[in-house]
Amino acid sequence: MAEVSLRDISVAFHSLTVFDHLDLDIEEGEFLVLLGPSGCGKSTLLNAIAGLLEVETGQIWIGGRNVTWEEPKDRGIAMVFQSYALYPRMSVRNNLSFGLRMAGTAKDEIARRVAKAAAMLQIDHLLDRRPDQLSGGQRQRVAIGRALVRDADVFLFDEPLSNLDAQLRNELRVEIKRLHQQLGSTMIYVTHDQIEALTLADRIAVMKDLKIQQLASPQEIYHRPANRFVAGFVGSPRMNFVDGRLLPDGESGWRFTTDSHVLRLGGYAFDGQPQPGQEVTLGIRPEHLQPADAGDWDGFVVEMTEPMGADTLVWARSGPDLLAVRTGSDTAITAGSSLTLGLPQDRISLFDRKDGRRL
Amino acid sequence: MTTPLTANVPSGRRPRRVGIARIGIYAFLLTSAAFFLLPLWIMVTTSLKPRAEVWEGNILALPAEFTVEPWIKAWSEACTGLDCNGISVGFWNSVQILIPSLVLSILAGAVNGYALSFWRVRGANLLFGILLAGAFIPYQVFLYPLVRLFSQAGIYNSLACIVIVHVVFGMPIMTLLFRNFYASLPVELFNAARIDGGGFWTIFTHVLLPMSAPIIVVATILQVTGIWNDFIFGLTFAGRENLPMTVQLNNIVNSTQGERAYNVDMAATILTALVPLAVYFLSGRWFVRGIAAGAVKG
Amino acid sequence: MVTARSPAAASPRMLGGRADARPARWRRQLGAKLALLPLTAVVIVVYLGCMLWTVRLSFSSSKLLPVGDWAGLQQYERLFANDRFLLSAINIGIFGVLFIGGCLVFGFLLAVFIDQRVRAEGVLRTVFLFPHAMSLVVTGLAWQWFLNPTLGLQKLVRDLGFAGFTFDWIVNQQMVIYTLVIAGIWQASGLVMAILLAGLRGVDEDLWKAARVDGIPAWRVYLSIALPLIGPMVVTATVLLAVQVVKLYDLVVAMTRGGPGIASEVPAKFVMDHLFERNNIGLATAAASMMLVTVVAILAPWIYARYVRETGRRT
Repeated sequence: MAEVSLRDISVAFHSLTVFDHLDLDIEEGEFLVLLGPSGCGKSTLLNAIAGLLEVETGQIWIGGRNVTWEEPKDRGIAMVFQSYALYPRMSVRNNLSFGLRMAGTAKDEIARRVAKAAAMLQIDHLLDRRPDQLSGGQRQRVAIGRALVRDADVFLFDEPLSNLDAQLRNELRVEIKRLHQQLGSTMIYVTHDQIEALTLADRIAVMKDLKIQQLASPQEIYHRPANRFVAGFVGSPRMNFVDGRLLPDGESGWRFTTDSHVLRLGGYAFDGQPQPGQEVTLGIRPEHLQPADAGDWDGFVVEMTEPMGADTLVWARSGPDLLAVRTGSDTAITAGSSLTLGLPQDRISLFDRKDGRRL
Repeated sequence: MTTPLTANVPSGRRPRRVGIARIGIYAFLLTSAAFFLLPLWIMVTTSLKPRAEVWEGNILALPAEFTVEPWIKAWSEACTGLDCNGISVGFWNSVQILIPSLVLSILAGAVNGYALSFWRVRGANLLFGILLAGAFIPYQVFLYPLVRLFSQAGIYNSLACIVIVHVVFGMPIMTLLFRNFYASLPVELFNAARIDGGGFWTIFTHVLLPMSAPIIVVATILQVTGIWNDFIFGLTFAGRENLPMTVQLNNIVNSTQGERAYNVDMAATILTALVPLAVYFLSGRWFVRGIAAGAVKG
Repeated sequence: MVTARSPAAASPRMLGGRADARPARWRRQLGAKLALLPLTAVVIVVYLGCMLWTVRLSFSSSKLLPVGDWAGLQQYERLFANDRFLLSAINIGIFGVLFIGGCLVFGFLLAVFIDQRVRAEGVLRTVFLFPHAMSLVVTGLAWQWFLNPTLGLQKLVRDLGFAGFTFDWIVNQQMVIYTLVIAGIWQASGLVMAILLAGLRGVDEDLWKAARVDGIPAWRVYLSIALPLIGPMVVTATVLLAVQVVKLYDLVVAMTRGGPGIASEVPAKFVMDHLFERNNIGLATAAASMMLVTVVAILAPWIYARYVRETGRRT
């Protein structure tokens, strides 16, 4: 077990400089998820930690050791890949033990570790098969097993579940979480799937355009997104956004106004100092909008409803604003009915419209 | 956790060390490159030396006295038997053979490939299988009966004869090339044309042929080098009047009487290699693609 | 290549009843059928007809002119009593093993070394492959000149001060076949390199990363992981080279003319000489038939393996 610390890291990738002097500390036993759309640089960062990519500046420390110039095999890491990357034409047993044999580990030690990993992942019965005789889910279990036998301090996952179908993805996600609890190792996990990020992570680093947008706990990311991008990227169905402007309200208060609606911001905790007339975007998640007889905003007409099983999504429009409202599956609201919505002050987020930052 | 950044700890890029492995890699590659270039080098230097220097000097050395006379001799004066008109005769013969053979074999390949990939004709796959297998059979197995057939038809030892032979023996690879190319196109394209009422030839000329430019380039590269480099067919079927360059070159070099003029021989050899080499150097990646298309899928 | 889609297979029956569909389908395919006539003719007349004719002639007593009699295995008996043919067969065996082995090993090494992110990769690839664009006649003449003992490599080394140096393989009856191997490898190993390099470049990048994390040395990755993955390409290259071996003719004619003496004779040249110079059609066709049998013996397992693999997948 070890902490990972990136100091002043820059990486060159295809003649682009990625992560200008980035600092990132990952605690011992922490599960950190790097989350972002494709091309955001999350895999590049992971490869740099693994030592598969050289850094331009800065240092990488793992377990209190400066490993910046070390080979991947000497960094005390293990890695799991999206395409499984199992060695073809080798039995599962040989796949698990190949690296250890190359390192000259004693035979009985290899056997012990392979047996232990196989038992943990319930792949004991597959040990004599070859990768092309396994299903996708089994292959990824083997790939995780290959990482386990390395007895590494830090596990790196590069979109390990992206090639699997939804059912298996859920299954293996739980498996990985269980492994983390059992082993207590530090884990760094790259994904573009926000559900994986929210369910697995102790902390999430949301990335975009080769930069970390927000580094915080899943709770914080979900409820207090640092900017408009994070707000829109995390959460499904997506957060509602309404454009408007801020005007002073009374002595020291503020109100949010659009062409048709006004919201008094008595209970909103501002991060920054708002300016009168500032153009902002208000964000609120579908489950936080409260359909009511009397509320903050009226005049909405229901365009359609989408039953999703556990709950129902109601699409309500007023002028240019189309909002999604999450209601119970037993809702009586039907298309065409009119709706009044309540917006709890502690649930809304305000973003500057120019730079997208949270206010 | 808070070890301060100091100048001496590893930081940033790993310092480059030229390892022994790296030296080994380059040594191997450069030695190999020398092995491949050496024959070409001595051909060129020899062809630019006067006769005396060829006999006296170092085979690797640049010509001390630089001359293009061997090239002129090779082109217009070198003898095959009693004919002393140089290898230019063979050059023009090869051009005459190449052009119709090239056009016809590509056309045949395109039509065959199209008919095989988009139209299921009963027995077509069996025919195609035999054709492909035939590509692996040594030519010696077919030569004598072909000679008899062409004699019967009265065209043995003629331009028509050698062109037909090239089209026939180019057919397996050309058909394979076009068939695989057309099979990789979306079927919807063909179906849409069918629904619009296109017939066999309309679809071919209006829809598929205009899309075939890349594969035609590959086919052209393969056929130009293949036909130009042919020896055995030219020797057997072209007849005295139409001997291609390769055959004439071999006659010039290997049947000279008396003391051999190595400089002229080498000039003639380079001249013969010039067309395929030009194709190779100009086409670059396409040449490799041609090999891959012909080799890997075949 | 075996599994091409055939869109026309989409049933025409939806257009109408069975009875109407048949002639309609027949008419619609008329164009395709006509277009395939030349191919059909070539297959039947040349690839099947000529081949069978040659085999038939090998069982006759034909000499200068083809005769239609039945002479049993007489020509084959003569063939296997013929020193020149037996030497040809031995030569092609030696050439085949060394040429294919040499090309595969050298070509694989070239591909691996060029895969090490070297500088000027494009230039090196061009250099390694250019001989493949040259005719075998040109190749043969170039090497004939380079290996010429009086003026070529031997003289070069002697002039450098090694007066006792001898490299006269091309005029040495025992060694001449190896000069053909060298020239052949020069001409064809670039092809192997190109095919295998394409294969290596197609290997999943994650596999290399996984191997690096596991600390597996590069040479071991190439041997234990990459080589099995590009196995099909090695097989393809082998088949291509094998076909070149059986067809070996131009190179011999240009480089050694079968000499010195008959030391570098090969079967293809034996057939050509007996067909067109020695006018012994029966013996020539018997030798050609032996070549045919050899090719079939080489190809059959390959085709069989491919076929079995294809059908195995389908079920």
